[in-house]
Amino acid sequence: MGIQEFTYLLQGLAWTLFLTAIGFAGGIFFGLVVALMRVSPSAWLRVPAICWIGLFQGTPLLMQLFVAYFGLPLIGFDLPAWGAVSVALTAHASAFLGEIWRGAIQAVPKGQSEAAQALGLHGVSRMFDVVLPQAFKLSLPATVGFLVQLLKGTSLAAIVGFIELARAGTIVSNQIYRPLLVFGVVGAMYFAMCWPLSLWGRTLERRMAAGQAK
Amino acid sequence: MASMIEMQHIEKYYGAFHALKNINLTVAKGEKIVLCGPSGSGKSTLIRCINHLETIKSGEIVVAGHRLNDSQKAVDAVRREVGMVFQQFNLFPHKTVLENCILAPMRVRKLSRSEAEATARKYLERVRIGDQAEKYPAQLSGGQQQRVAIARALCMEPKAMLFDEPTSALDPEMVKEVLDTMVSLARDGMTMICVTHEMGFARQVADRVIFMADGQIVEENDPESFFSAPKHERTRAFLGEILAHH
Ligand SMILES: Nc1ncnc2c1ncn2[C@@H]1O[C@H](COP(=O)(O)OP(=O)(O)OP(=O)(O)O)[C@@H](O)[C@H]1O
Ligand SMILES: [Mg+2]
Repeated sequence: MGIQEFTYLLQGLAWTLFLTAIGFAGGIFFGLVVALMRVSPSAWLRVPAICWIGLFQGTPLLMQLFVAYFGLPLIGFDLPAWGAVSVALTAHASAFLGEIWRGAIQAVPKGQSEAAQALGLHGVSRMFDVVLPQAFKLSLPATVGFLVQLLKGTSLAAIVGFIELARAGTIVSNQIYRPLLVFGVVGAMYFAMCWPLSLWGRTLERRMAAGQAK
Repeated sequence: MASMIEMQHIEKYYGAFHALKNINLTVAKGEKIVLCGPSGSGKSTLIRCINHLETIKSGEIVVAGHRLNDSQKAVDAVRREVGMVFQQFNLFPHKTVLENCILAPMRVRKLSRSEAEATARKYLERVRIGDQAEKYPAQLSGGQQQRVAIARALCMEPKAMLFDEPTSALDPEMVKEVLDTMVSLARDGMTMICVTHEMGFARQVADRVIFMADGQIVEENDPESFFSAPKHERTRAFLGEILAHH
């Protein structure tokens, strides 16, 4: 494998990171919206959030990518491939993060919200000053775990012709007929991204278990 | 004398369960009430109705001249006047002691940070915990945490304070420091309703002791008569049990 092929893989890697970053950033923003809607006392907000979560958790990411790539142009959104993939990943991440954070919000002891109420704090302050910071901390291990899933999930973008890391690997491998070498390198790149994240997630989890035992 | 808290004909249900039955209670300005009774008798429910942590089915609650109803405005007005201290402290664990104390004054009373910090330091001194202002709740003992919780409530400069078993989650050696803080608060003329089984505290500061059972006020009297000459059978049984444990 020459420098040219390796550069090609690095370009794929850059796209993988880019897609992950977009999916995650979009997922954080819309996931927060989904989580807040999901815990709302109003059914008008809660039910759509439940449906949204169910829809994306109940179908394969592969299908979501297909629908975004082929479906969005049909209803008039003519997006480039990376745009369609970003939309799909963002929606996917918003549902999963929304559900993770819903659980975390509800895991914050009720006394916290009651103390805030007794002090006269309103809903917004109660949520953003008191509940969410604690929920975010509780959710960190699961959130990091999902980040790893999402990073690996971007490889499915290859199905709509997107050349991210996994697809770049296939192309290079077909050119130089050294599949073991090429996929070894590709695998090592995924590993180098995911392993530290997983470790970090596990450290957080252990630290929190220790905090609870106290 | 002007009344600080007035509850009239309060009925409260949890689903089909009748938790408060025709509660009538008037607390004068500066008066100290101790509320006791067996577990499940409705003591917490009663004081939580006063600041609208629980909603009532019928009856009327007036706090410092504000008639409580379901409107946010009325609820805000009432919560602005009463502070509450919980059995489990309920300090915000992700905020330092000082941050715990300045949050509501800044958000609700719209004080500037420096004003809020000055107020907070004043009340933290007052509960003798001024040197712990930069620590997190988890770094403090239970007694210290509960004193912070008292200071946090005082930072809103309430006219009345509600205490829901403030010492029953504490190790025995820390009960006294919290009770001392409450006694000093009482001496300064704060209107207080305390759910507690600390009978020493009741004798020392209460103007009236109220005994509840099954969602009703069964008996009320000044502490001396309450303890020496309880009128009802249930009160006698309850006092017997409490004293046996002490
Ligand atoms: N959120 C709730 N939902 C249903 N029932 C409740 C709820 N809160 C309290 N109850 C019931 O109402 C009754 C009174 O409860 P409350 O907590 O006021 O009692 P208490 O006198 O404070 O008891 P304790 O000494 O154990 O704190 C109990 O029977 C309790 O089971
Ligand atoms: Mg109680």
